[in-house]
Amino acid sequence: MAKILDKQRYKCALAAMQTVQAIDRALPVLHSGPGCAQKLSESTGSSGYFSPNIFPCTSINEKDVVFGGVKKLETTIENALKVIDADLYVVLTGCIPQIVGDDTEEVVSKFADSPKPVIYASTAGFKGNNYKGHEQVIDAIVEQYLEPSDTKQKGLVNIWADVPYQDLFWLGNYRELSKLIEELGLTPNVIFGYGNGIKNIDLIPKAEFNLLVSPWVGLQNVRKMEKKFGTPFLHYRTLPIGATETSKFLREVGSFAGVDSAKVESVIKKHEDYFYYLISRYADLFLENRVINKQFTTVADAQYSLAVTKFLVNDLGLVPARQYVVDDTPKDQREAIAQEFKNLNYGIQAEVSFETDGFKIHEEIKQHDYHGYPLILGGYYEKEVTESLKGNFLNISWPVQDKVVLDDSYVGYTGGIRLIEDIYTVAVQRFN
Amino acid sequence: MPINLNTSNLATRENRIGSITGYIGSLKDLATKTECGTLKGCSRCFSQSSTCLSMCGLSQLAAIRDVAIIHHGPSGCSVTSSSSYYMSRVMAKKRGVTSSTIYVGTDMNEKDTIFGSTEALRKIILEVNKRYQPKAIFVSSSCATGIIGEDIDSIVEEVSEEIDVPVIAVHCEGFKSRIWATGFDISDHAVLQGIVKPRREGVSTNKINFKNFFESARPEIIEIFKNFDLEPTFLYCNSTVEELEHLSEALATTCICGTLGNYLGNALEEKFGVPYVRSINQCGIVGFETWLREIGKVTNRLDKVEKYIEEQRAIYLPKIEEVKKELQGLTAVLGMGPGYTFEVSRVLNELGIKVVWALAWHYDKKYENGDVPPSMKYLLDSNIDFEASVADQQNYEVMNILNKYKPDMYLSRHPGSTVWAIKNGTPAIYVADEYMIFGYKHTLEFAKTIVDTIKNRSFEKNLAARTKLPYTKWWYEQNVDKFLEEAK
Repeated sequence: MAKILDKQRYKCALAAMQTVQAIDRALPVLHSGPGCAQKLSESTGSSGYFSPNIFPCTSINEKDVVFGGVKKLETTIENALKVIDADLYVVLTGCIPQIVGDDTEEVVSKFADSPKPVIYASTAGFKGNNYKGHEQVIDAIVEQYLEPSDTKQKGLVNIWADVPYQDLFWLGNYRELSKLIEELGLTPNVIFGYGNGIKNIDLIPKAEFNLLVSPWVGLQNVRKMEKKFGTPFLHYRTLPIGATETSKFLREVGSFAGVDSAKVESVIKKHEDYFYYLISRYADLFLENRVINKQFTTVADAQYSLAVTKFLVNDLGLVPARQYVVDDTPKDQREAIAQEFKNLNYGIQAEVSFETDGFKIHEEIKQHDYHGYPLILGGYYEKEVTESLKGNFLNISWPVQDKVVLDDSYVGYTGGIRLIEDIYTVAVQRFN
Repeated sequence: MPINLNTSNLATRENRIGSITGYIGSLKDLATKTECGTLKGCSRCFSQSSTCLSMCGLSQLAAIRDVAIIHHGPSGCSVTSSSSYYMSRVMAKKRGVTSSTIYVGTDMNEKDTIFGSTEALRKIILEVNKRYQPKAIFVSSSCATGIIGEDIDSIVEEVSEEIDVPVIAVHCEGFKSRIWATGFDISDHAVLQGIVKPRREGVSTNKINFKNFFESARPEIIEIFKNFDLEPTFLYCNSTVEELEHLSEALATTCICGTLGNYLGNALEEKFGVPYVRSINQCGIVGFETWLREIGKVTNRLDKVEKYIEEQRAIYLPKIEEVKKELQGLTAVLGMGPGYTFEVSRVLNELGIKVVWALAWHYDKKYENGDVPPSMKYLLDSNIDFEASVADQQNYEVMNILNKYKPDMYLSRHPGSTVWAIKNGTPAIYVADEYMIFGYKHTLEFAKTIVDTIKNRSFEKNLAARTKLPYTKWWYEQNVDKFLEEAK
């Protein structure tokens, strides 16, 4: 049922065009109103090989609403193939064709023999948010484009983690996860970002396993791949940030993949040594400042809320106030995620609210006793409320206005250091 | 078409003033056909995505201080709320005021499209009113709510009985018009319908309504207008509801962009007798002077205006003449909304730059009062001509033109447009700020910016050398009108 979206944290399913955009040389073809792409895209970091104003679009008008837009969709796809040089054309449907009953599947099927693959995903805005839309696009690739493989490539691991663009750090995070996997002697396969693309999509069925690093997004995809390709999956719910979680992550992946534990331990030791070299040098800053207190709150999607909570508790020794998960997590996933928030060092348990109403979140933040200046890591909406409480604010989740990220990452040992740098860059802006 | 404030529904620009989004030819041809009434717009059988009118309309309303916008639709429609939140906070801060404007969505889902969700909407409106006590509440439809026929007018009428501030229905279905500027008209219509009050008896004022986007030149314009004993009221960025209530009392209405302001200007004139300053806009020397004189005429202050012009000319004209020497003979292609394209073409002509092709994102055959837009009339009267097209930001057409004409520069006003020129190796100037060419001072700055842009081409040269463009060789070999079809 319709509900109040006060301080909105996500977009609609059609914003999965950003998932397509993150795949090199894959082109979203939109069967939607003329302005959906501009609305649903980020205004920075969007001018790569394809930008939103390159996306072909049927730009549905009043006539199409009455008479249907299938003819227009057909000429749009047909000419997109001629005008724009892409490797994969992904037709995405918006609200209107879905309501008026355009048969998109039928139109797309006419392009089955075209020289470049054309697939489609049903991403009407009312079908769910962009986290669900992301899953729809991956499912479409698995169902309509890929075929099972007779052979598996030894050590090949498909990595699924962040939702591109919705997560500011998606590119850096995928690159860092790949590096870590590589250090274990495995071969990472990621379809998003630089140097990847259709060749990596083609590798998906050959992987030994799928590694899903996410509390819930992507679970339906890896299950589908298990069924269609027989690919097992490791579901690691916490995006690893910092030494504690990253070492745990490497051990778990290593054990799942059958990597020699001595090798895993040597990788961990190398990274931990450097991590603690830095931590030890800057322990003075952490301990001897007057503005970062123990209690913190995150307001982010499940991915970041959980990951940052674990890092701040298990590595930096902070204590969680209530945490807020704002991605409209499916109800059947909430219990398992809430359990993860309770699995912290020293038996510490973080209370978590699955809440999409920003007003309620702010009211609760204002009521909470942080025993000093609150530390709030969240969306841009939390800036004003944090300032009103004289707290410290870091913009880590959508919407982001306070930070420019090209390929920075919060993942792994390095990512933990980056997050610390960002938190203390805020802290040093003031004395007390 | 007379302005009707008795209904919340406003006809689109296409239907009201014959606006088009598809045309290729020349400026003269476009103007001649406009004048004799034979101009017909074309449609395209292939197009790229552009802009949603709801984004234009609701962003305008969300710029007003301490109001609420309730966007009834799926979460993608209300995504503008996040940028509006940012804008309202930073723009207010810059002015040294505060705004508690709130923009919420209703996160409509599939069930709602089947069973409707007017009851949920009613509760959301009441809840928003309770939470924020806004000074006015705008309730907007979306494509989805429009098609399933949610009756937002009735809901608004119902809740109005329980809420003591104006609650106004705004019809923002994105499929209604390919012209996003229709959104500007929709926001004006909402303000006129729900907020503007009749002139109070006995109130005398020296205020002039000044419709702009983001008021970057506000302090400067306040100073200029002091010379004429006029006080500008800037709209809608940082406006208060109280200011809007009294728009009907101003001496005149003027705007920075005809596309942005003509509905409000004409409506205030028609309904409340507030004169609308109709002239070419303030870009460039001729534009600035023509506009100032028109204000002088309308408000009976021509002497003061002439004095100001004389003083400023002495300061700036020699400097502008000096920079012009470096610009002679350069060529340009530009792509902007029609409120700017034909104005900036005129300025480039003033500076000695040759326009080889001008794209307007749409084209209004006439303004609300039935006249040909003043910018077009000026170019015609001045015997200026160049190739021109009308395309709603169709990037593939822009790139085809840039590739064929290889101009010295491309000028554009819309996000995501200049970057493609640069990838093509064409220096580009992003004329985003509406005051970038305003008056003598900014015309001089604009000319200098062009000189700087042309001087150092490192960025675009480096990028273009390493960029593969997304269009096929086939497309570059086609005529730019390849996909245009006679409108049926």
